[in-house]
Amino acid sequence: MSIELVEVVKRVGSREHIKATSLTLPAGPFNVLLGATGSGKTSLLKLMAGLDSCASGKILLKGADVTKATPQERNISFVHQFFVNYPHLTVFANIASPLRVAGMAKSEIEGRVEAMADLLQLRPMLGRHPHELSGGQQQRTALARALVKESAAVFLDEPLANLDYKLREELREQLPELLADRGAVVVYATSEPEEALLLGGNTGLMRDGRLVQFGPTGAAYRDPGSLVAAEVFSDPPLNQARISKQGAKAKLGAGVEWELTGKARELADGAYVLGVRPDRVLPAASAGSTNKVDGRITVTELSGSHSSAHFRFGEHDWVSLAPGVQAYAIGDDHSFYVDPAHCFLFAESGERAA
Amino acid sequence: MARVTLEALRHSYLPAPQAPEDYALKQLDLEWTDGGAYALLGPSGCGKTTLLNIISGLVKPTEGRVLFDGKDITGLPPKDRNIAQVFQFPVIYDTMSVYDNLAFPLRNRGVDEAVVKQRVSEIAAMLDIEDMLSRPAAALAPDSKQKLSMGRGLVRDNVNAVMFDEPLTVIDPHLKWRLRSKLKELHNRLPLTMIYVTHDQTEALTFADQVVVMDHGEVVQIGTPVELFERPTHRFVGHFIGSPGMNVLPCELREGAAFFNGERVELEGPVKQGSGGALEIGVRPEYVKLGTAGVKATVTKVADAGHRCIVHAQAGEQSIAAIVEQPPERGAEVKLAFEPRQTRLYRDGWLATEQGGAA
Repeated sequence: MSIELVEVVKRVGSREHIKATSLTLPAGPFNVLLGATGSGKTSLLKLMAGLDSCASGKILLKGADVTKATPQERNISFVHQFFVNYPHLTVFANIASPLRVAGMAKSEIEGRVEAMADLLQLRPMLGRHPHELSGGQQQRTALARALVKESAAVFLDEPLANLDYKLREELREQLPELLADRGAVVVYATSEPEEALLLGGNTGLMRDGRLVQFGPTGAAYRDPGSLVAAEVFSDPPLNQARISKQGAKAKLGAGVEWELTGKARELADGAYVLGVRPDRVLPAASAGSTNKVDGRITVTELSGSHSSAHFRFGEHDWVSLAPGVQAYAIGDDHSFYVDPAHCFLFAESGERAA
Repeated sequence: MARVTLEALRHSYLPAPQAPEDYALKQLDLEWTDGGAYALLGPSGCGKTTLLNIISGLVKPTEGRVLFDGKDITGLPPKDRNIAQVFQFPVIYDTMSVYDNLAFPLRNRGVDEAVVKQRVSEIAAMLDIEDMLSRPAAALAPDSKQKLSMGRGLVRDNVNAVMFDEPLTVIDPHLKWRLRSKLKELHNRLPLTMIYVTHDQTEALTFADQVVVMDHGEVVQIGTPVELFERPTHRFVGHFIGSPGMNVLPCELREGAAFFNGERVELEGPVKQGSGGALEIGVRPEYVKLGTAGVKATVTKVADAGHRCIVHAQAGEQSIAAIVEQPPERGAEVKLAFEPRQTRLYRDGWLATEQGGAA
């Protein structure tokens, strides 16, 4: 079972809001769409769910063309960022509503609702109304309603964005377990790279209405195909420098010269963009971190678990994010070390070169 | 800029509070020095907004006093407290230019136009919005609007304090990072007392020099971000700060030594005097390693977080989280070694070990 998009386009006025997108999302693993606000995640979800119609292209669900089908005909569930519950109904009736609509027998509804309430720790709240619940409980109710029926596809549009940090952590742990083995295609939109990583499965990277990469989450993270893909999947933002490559050397400007290894060394000489994630720029040398850059520290943030230093060299503002507590002082000059194996090189076109 | 003193504050929304649980804010004494960066951190409903409103004058406390530079201002209305505020959603005048928006708080107080120009230019430069000064505010992107809103809060240099109420909640993660750093940078350059209210641990810890952690109307710990992370004085702080939070494991105490699942666990130091109460071991996932000795457990989950892995392992009834670089297989039998200097005992939620003594 899968959802297949074939050259799907969405227009708003004359503008292409979703550019021609082809994509196959399998049932089973989480399929995450990652991108900033306005990148087209929600629009793509709505097209797949049938809440919006595409200007051209085809959408297939389980191999059948559903391009013109309604959400009901597609048999989908949709969870919105802002939890939507029926305010006049109890939690029980909220969760039961899709089953009632489907005409299920009362005794069976009861069993299903209670099982779902147990999973989402809502059992004691079944008799209450949504306004008597905390934000986390309201969103769990909305989730329970979406999951109680056997949908062909479940769409989750930043479902945790409005919850407190700790609740988000808890639900993020539970969601993949709740949705595993249901045989449904699960598509989850988020703007947080870390959330995509922790949810695992597959990740599609989006920017400006374009799907720039899709694949297993770990691979999308470790092996970006383009500068845009690396940027979308990096928080804090990817450190970048335009370099001039000469043989095995990369000149980053400001007198900084790095050694290139592996495939990067074999590239034709010329101009490239070097990218390295902040957690690969470290304040102490270790085996392999043979490249060094000296910078002046402009801002520091110590969170206890991590220390970040923003530093400047030449015209570059870079960030180092290291575990533990580091002794930094603003205005200090500090050396940072990078393993050449953790550097991405991009051609001027933005395509990954090495 | 002022020293802010909160003296024996207590607040209840009920007309005649009696029991301790009637108070939305339990007794609080606090002193914030002039020019510091402070954060109030806690989950929704912990009382942080009540406290913020008491400082800004929107709520009059049931008991206690608020002092700015030693002067009692408890009875003063918000407008006489000379405080600047930045809210969750940008507060700007859409029809005005960016320049006029920034100038407004100064012009409103009759500041000389030459000074206005100088301050606006300075703040705009710090926020990297110089090239937008002549544009109408309505035309800005959401994050630029929030930057402008921050600029309006920071443009006056004679305020007693600048208060930020969840200012980055509506900002996208990658821009959040930039705005947070920008704010930190501004604090380093401007001699202003800044108070930042949030439920987001990362925002609080990265912004503030000192964080006040609240839970159920009570201050549970006040400390630097490093202190809160390294040595939580309450299990709530251990749980709330850090991702995942501190492992909290029920234990027994026999002749001064702690036992979990029948296995002895070495603690950071001697256990403080005390009796009864629920006893728990607290150790952060960062200080749990997979070793050749330690608590026996079975790996139930391995989450790849990029350059580190979050491992969950089951030991008896308890799930224990560890952050490791080399992930084990799911289902593997492992031994979890707790770093003794980072392993503590909590009694009824409160820290009950002293530092030192452990190897």
